[in-house]
Amino acid sequence: MNRENINSALLFIGLILLQIILLNNINFLGYINPFFYIFFIFLYPIRKDDELFLILSFLLGLFIDVFSDSGGINAAATLFIAFIRIPVLQSVIGKRDIDYGAETIFKLPFPKMFLYVVILTVVHHFIVFGMEYFKWSKFDIILIKTILTSIFTIILTMISFTFVMRKR
Amino acid sequence: MQQIISFLYKNKLFILFLLLEVLAIIFTIQSHSFHKSKFVNSANFVSGGIYNRINNFKEFLLLKEENQRLSEENVYLKNLLNISDKDVVELDQVAIDTTNYRQKYNYIGAKVINNNYRKNNNYLTINKGSNSGLESDLGVINSKGIVGITKSVSANYATVLSILNVNSRINAKLLNSDHYGSLSWDNNDYNVVQLLDIPIQAAVYNGDTIVTGGKSTIFPEGVPIGIIKDFKTLNNTYEYINISLFNDMSSIGYVEVIKNFDKLEIKNLEEKSTNE
Repeated sequence: MNRENINSALLFIGLILLQIILLNNINFLGYINPFFYIFFIFLYPIRKDDELFLILSFLLGLFIDVFSDSGGINAAATLFIAFIRIPVLQSVIGKRDIDYGAETIFKLPFPKMFLYVVILTVVHHFIVFGMEYFKWSKFDIILIKTILTSIFTIILTMISFTFVMRKR
Repeated sequence: MQQIISFLYKNKLFILFLLLEVLAIIFTIQSHSFHKSKFVNSANFVSGGIYNRINNFKEFLLLKEENQRLSEENVYLKNLLNISDKDVVELDQVAIDTTNYRQKYNYIGAKVINNNYRKNNNYLTINKGSNSGLESDLGVINSKGIVGITKSVSANYATVLSILNVNSRINAKLLNSDHYGSLSWDNNDYNVVQLLDIPIQAAVYNGDTIVTGGKSTIFPEGVPIGIIKDFKTLNNTYEYINISLFNDMSSIGYVEVIKNFDKLEIKNLEEKSTNE
């Protein structure tokens, strides 16, 4: 157990508790609850062929599902953005060969980092709400909820990033 | 063979992803069918325990409302007691022979420790489980009206399929006539549900009271649900009938779970008739 692993484990448990105790009960404007727990995906170190990361992301989503009685919706969405994380990062940076191990998104210039967070957040939220409603007739509601909730999640993520960066 | 193994090894990340994604989708589909969601629900030991603790804090803030509701119910029950006293005197009955009475429903008190009302499929979690005699498919009400139907049950906790769930169908009828329909929710407003399948012959007016019908074995007849808010007719059928609930679904504290002693008897009888 090195320092990085302990930090990841604490982040994992802390984010689950924060999500189920506080964030699932915000109901901003009536129905907006941010899915801030995907902060784990942004902060987890980037490694090549990381099976453990996929399993952890799946479990993270599944824990949220257990607490909010939503089947496997969050697990599916979180696993998906965990899987597309590296391809998205590659296309945001604009090169295929990433320096694994040394690469963190804190070293990116702000616009690129912001774009990376926005893409992953919107994809995650779209999958969550899409699977929750699962009807073409509800497509407008899915889109509205995705956009409004994404804004909330992205604001929280950016605020937390500034705290994490200051600490380093 | 070697090629297959090397192919699997090269794509092991993708295969792992695919396996887990399929698993997640299976969980999602299972959660939609009524009885199959066994362990991905908030009735299990860990999540039930955590929700119980969170609720202990929340309850403190809602004591005033809860007391008011209880005192309202007390007044109502005391009034009922007075009525029956008078009846007994009028009927000139000396003693009530309890062997003449038969208990059909048993009520089990429980506390809601988690409540959803903003989602597409809403569930509540209550702090009684199979240790207290709960099983799935039991009606859940409070003094103001119906709340839902129990779904998954663990030893000490149970989840309740709220009436605010697009999968929920509850038998309901008009108080002043015997026309039946089923209750569903279009997930727009958490205080408004829809009554479907009411025949056009039924006279419906705004403000009419809707209660549960006795057609199912889950709820007793006449449990209050709500009043008609508005409705629309189209091609000689009711296109929709909106009902505003008596219950404020965003604030549910203590509930009663209804157990029907005759359920098995009715089920067996009905099965026998369909088999013949």
